[in-house]
Amino acid sequence: MKKIEAIIKPFKLDDVKEALNEIGIQGMTISEVKGYGRQKGHKEIYRGAEYVVDFIPKIKIEIVVQSDWVDKVIEAIKTSALTGKLGDGKIFVANIEEAVRVRTGETGEDAI
Amino acid sequence: MNLKKLMLVLGLVLMPFSTAFAADELNSGDTAWIIVATALVMMMTPAGLALFYGGMSRYKNLLNTYAMTFAAYCLSSIVWVAWGYSLAFGKDIGGVVGGLEHFLFAGIGVDSLYGSIPTSVFALFQMTFACITVALVLGSVVDRMKFSSWIVFTVLWVTIVYAPVCHWAWGGGWMAGMGALDFAGGTVVHINAGVAGLVLCLVLGKRIGYGKEAMFPSSVTLTALGAALLWFGWFGFNAGSELAADGLAGSAFLVTNTSAATAAMAWMCAEWLSDGQPTLLGIASGAVAGLVAITPAAGFVNLGSSLIIGLGAGIIGFIFVAKLKHKFGYDDSLDAFGVHGICGIWGALATGLFASPAVNAAGRGLFYGNPKQLWIQLVSIAGTAVFSAVATLIVIGITRLLTGGLRIDKDSEIQGLDNAFHGERGFEIQ
Repeated sequence: MKKIEAIIKPFKLDDVKEALNEIGIQGMTISEVKGYGRQKGHKEIYRGAEYVVDFIPKIKIEIVVQSDWVDKVIEAIKTSALTGKLGDGKIFVANIEEAVRVRTGETGEDAI
Repeated sequence: MNLKKLMLVLGLVLMPFSTAFAADELNSGDTAWIIVATALVMMMTPAGLALFYGGMSRYKNLLNTYAMTFAAYCLSSIVWVAWGYSLAFGKDIGGVVGGLEHFLFAGIGVDSLYGSIPTSVFALFQMTFACITVALVLGSVVDRMKFSSWIVFTVLWVTIVYAPVCHWAWGGGWMAGMGALDFAGGTVVHINAGVAGLVLCLVLGKRIGYGKEAMFPSSVTLTALGAALLWFGWFGFNAGSELAADGLAGSAFLVTNTSAATAAMAWMCAEWLSDGQPTLLGIASGAVAGLVAITPAAGFVNLGSSLIIGLGAGIIGFIFVAKLKHKFGYDDSLDAFGVHGICGIWGALATGLFASPAVNAAGRGLFYGNPKQLWIQLVSIAGTAVFSAVATLIVIGITRLLTGGLRIDKDSEIQGLDNAFHGERGFEIQ
């Protein structure tokens, strides 16, 4: 099993969710995060006090899938999250050792 | 005999209507208006100012700022009716202060009158001014003052600093005697509070990380709402200071709104030109600056002058707060001195320039052939500023002794007072 972590622009969440639903992904976890890479921050001025805000709001999506699904999931996210401008995000893949469904106690691929 | 009786009866019947009794006779229109004006000014402290300041504080101190403001209103309410009113409006002693003959309103009854309104109403109206003046001071020291120290400071400051200056301008003291013009509190409220705030913030020192760390306002929304409530309440502040429901109150009402609106737009334009983006914080701040500046002038100037006063307040306020203050390096956190002190000085001087006898026979400024008025205004500004600075330092000294230091500890400051001291959060957001 693999975990796919994708950092995307917040307004792209609906597009990515639909694209994943279309290929058969039925669940995911998201968190609101902040970060920066090559996309620079912005400036805020309060009564002359100027602050540069480096961290930009992003959405992190986490999905755990069977290993042979990884490529089509990455493709779906990549296409739906793309804007072509700086800050589109990144996708990471990690190994998952075990998964358990709380309600039934199923483990392994039956749990995801 | 019959004619004599008739004349006697007529005399008795007509007596209440004679001019000999007009000076101290209750006028229900005036009374109703001043009761309402008092309520309007009351709202300016625990609602208007609390939100205005709270929204500009960092989130971790939102409630502490609000609590300091709310508590200041409550404490001042008690101090005022106990001895504050008497010190300000009691029988004059040497032009400096009133006596304590009205301690806990001794000698004032249900039917006592101050001009055409009940004394209780007058006293309460004046109380709301004392309340907001001390509350304004806290704007300079948010995020870092001990709550116990603030309580002691408030009680002492209203007694030792506010009441005398109030007496000087409105209680028959030396500034009134000299002919200084201050309709609703340019010196008594704004310059007084502004200078006190500056002194207090210099003594307390800068916030940890000031000038290096980002210090975001918790909510510009709350600040703008607070500014709008202040504007609304200010109609009571300025138009109510006429102490009557008459044409001059109407005139004060008119120039108050005009100055606020003009200053808001002037600050906005100055900010737009200077920084490339106009902010809501700027618009709201500009409005308050305009209200501050028109306060001493409200019952003395005409519409045209109020446009100039507002324009000046917006520009001067913006330049001082957004440009000059950072050069000086002190941490007047929410610009009590920058907005109330500086724009109060502008307003007091402008009164000396623009006071028009066509509006109020009691005031003639430089542009109406009386250059001496400007000098008188300067003296009253300087007198207020110097006294406020010195007396506030004395209050700080006593407070420090009684509460073992004014500033909170470093850990609490980093954690934030809402959490470290109050054990509360401003918002529960899921």
